[in-house]
Amino acid sequence: MGYFGNIREAVATIFEGMAVTFSHFVRRPYTVQYPDRIPMRIQDTLPFRYRGILEVDLEICTGCLACERACPIDCIVIDAVKDKQTRQMMLNRFDIDIAKCMYCGLCSEPCPTGAIHHTPEFEGADYSLESMLRRFVREPVPAYKPKKGPETDPRITPLLDRGLRYVDDFAKPGAAGGEAESA
Amino acid sequence: MRELVLSLTAVGGLLAGVPYELAAALVMLLFGALVVFVFVLPVAGITSWVERRVWARIQSRVGPNRVGPQGFLQWLADGLKNLLKEDLIPAAADRPLFALAPYLVVAGFIATFVAIPFGSRLIIADLDIGILYITAVTGLVVVGVLMAGWASNNKWSLLGGIRSAAQIVSYEIPAGLSVFPVVLLTGTLSTQGIIQAQGWQPWRWFLFANPFTFAAFFVFFVAALAEGNRTPFDLPEAESELVAGFCTEYSGMRYLLFFLAEWGNLYVIGALVTTLFLGGWRVPHVTDHVVARTLLEFGVFFLKAYFFVFIAMWVRATLPRVRVDQLTALCWKYLVPIALVNLVGTALWMTLVPAAAHRPVAIAMTLAGAGIVVLFLARVRHHLRHARLQPSDYYLSPII
Repeated sequence: MGYFGNIREAVATIFEGMAVTFSHFVRRPYTVQYPDRIPMRIQDTLPFRYRGILEVDLEICTGCLACERACPIDCIVIDAVKDKQTRQMMLNRFDIDIAKCMYCGLCSEPCPTGAIHHTPEFEGADYSLESMLRRFVREPVPAYKPKKGPETDPRITPLLDRGLRYVDDFAKPGAAGGEAESA
Repeated sequence: MRELVLSLTAVGGLLAGVPYELAAALVMLLFGALVVFVFVLPVAGITSWVERRVWARIQSRVGPNRVGPQGFLQWLADGLKNLLKEDLIPAAADRPLFALAPYLVVAGFIATFVAIPFGSRLIIADLDIGILYITAVTGLVVVGVLMAGWASNNKWSLLGGIRSAAQIVSYEIPAGLSVFPVVLLTGTLSTQGIIQAQGWQPWRWFLFANPFTFAAFFVFFVAALAEGNRTPFDLPEAESELVAGFCTEYSGMRYLLFFLAEWGNLYVIGALVTTLFLGGWRVPHVTDHVVARTLLEFGVFFLKAYFFVFIAMWVRATLPRVRVDQLTALCWKYLVPIALVNLVGTALWMTLVPAAAHRPVAIAMTLAGAGIVVLFLARVRHHLRHARLQPSDYYLSPII
């Protein structure tokens, strides 16, 4: 290459290299400074099927226990008894241990109404182990009885629509869902 | 300075009756201590913060921004952390030398501030041999580094120390040789004299005086970077090769002292380059008010010197490390011959080129320099246009 060729090449490449680095210096950094300096909640940017922390809509839970049976780690504990007098399924306990949960989605797939579903929420870290056990039943509530035709109660309809949307996304309609057996 | 001491030793002054030399020495000591504690140490610490932020931005990330506004107190946090660390001295290490080495390195760089001018009246001692003194006293760093490498009782440290000593000593030569063209042009080694021989306009700087001093500027800057153990010449620290080179066994404040010396040395390099080639503190005559003028001069000098500190950080973020054989080849095969050519060329220039041609050549060189800057900005614009990934490509655009 020659002595002067070396000098010329050294100067030219360093010049070009410093132009590249200077162009990066004047750009905005790519760093996302989570969790305090972000422009929108990350939960809002996640896709619909994101398997975050589980949530149960008790208004449309039928008490079929399909999710409890499906869970491979037994992190769902449900206490559902048929009340002899009112002939109605009563939900006394619905606990999900989100520390045990492995977010596999096997529970939300067989749910007939989509009551148990994943949310985009993922920030569940806490200092106490007790907060990892999410109790969804405060006082015993009757389970949901699905109607033969379309649902008429205006409070339940949006929940049912959303739940069925989850179910449709996770499983073929009518395959794993459908009328559940009472315990 | 002289007037100050005379006024102090006069009948009604603070130090009345004290002999002149003693009063002068006391005043100089006071100024020196003031400069070191109020200027040098904070600047060295703040330079560490600036370096981390500049380095981060060049790498498209943010850098420390949590400790204080924009992370400005990060260097204080680092200093405090290092003070609280355990002072480990290896069992088989040479204790007196091990303890002394960092202080020699720091002394070697702080002592240069005696002759560095901050303004037309702001200099601790306007030595007649200013530049020579600075070059000589930075040699103390070599002793400190060798001592650190040897006293650590560690083969990696020894290798790092020897490499560093070889590097510093061999790059003293092109650095010194590049100072000579400037000394030829002024006829004096005094730093104030060199600055006073320049003007505030760019075409009156020595950088653009003739093509040989232009080349001497680059040779000096590269050699000064190598003397300061800065990338691409940071083999002695070589983080990925020698753990930390000669400072492997050091922990806590002793370790930080080496780095304090490195960051402070960056400012010394910037100050020297500004003094020799960029016209120092020369400002246009805008005010007769002494204090305002002094502040303006100080500000101009500081900005020019810090610009070169920024360039040193920029180079560190750009270039990979050179091997030790490439290092010595660069010094002896390229920098020394070029420096010698610059020296002879400047001497020939002074004798052969008529004085009437000096100013047009300086103006032409200034225009050429401006052209280089314009070309550089054009390349930067090209790279910005053709950036393949924009921050908006990520679903979250970052907010700083």
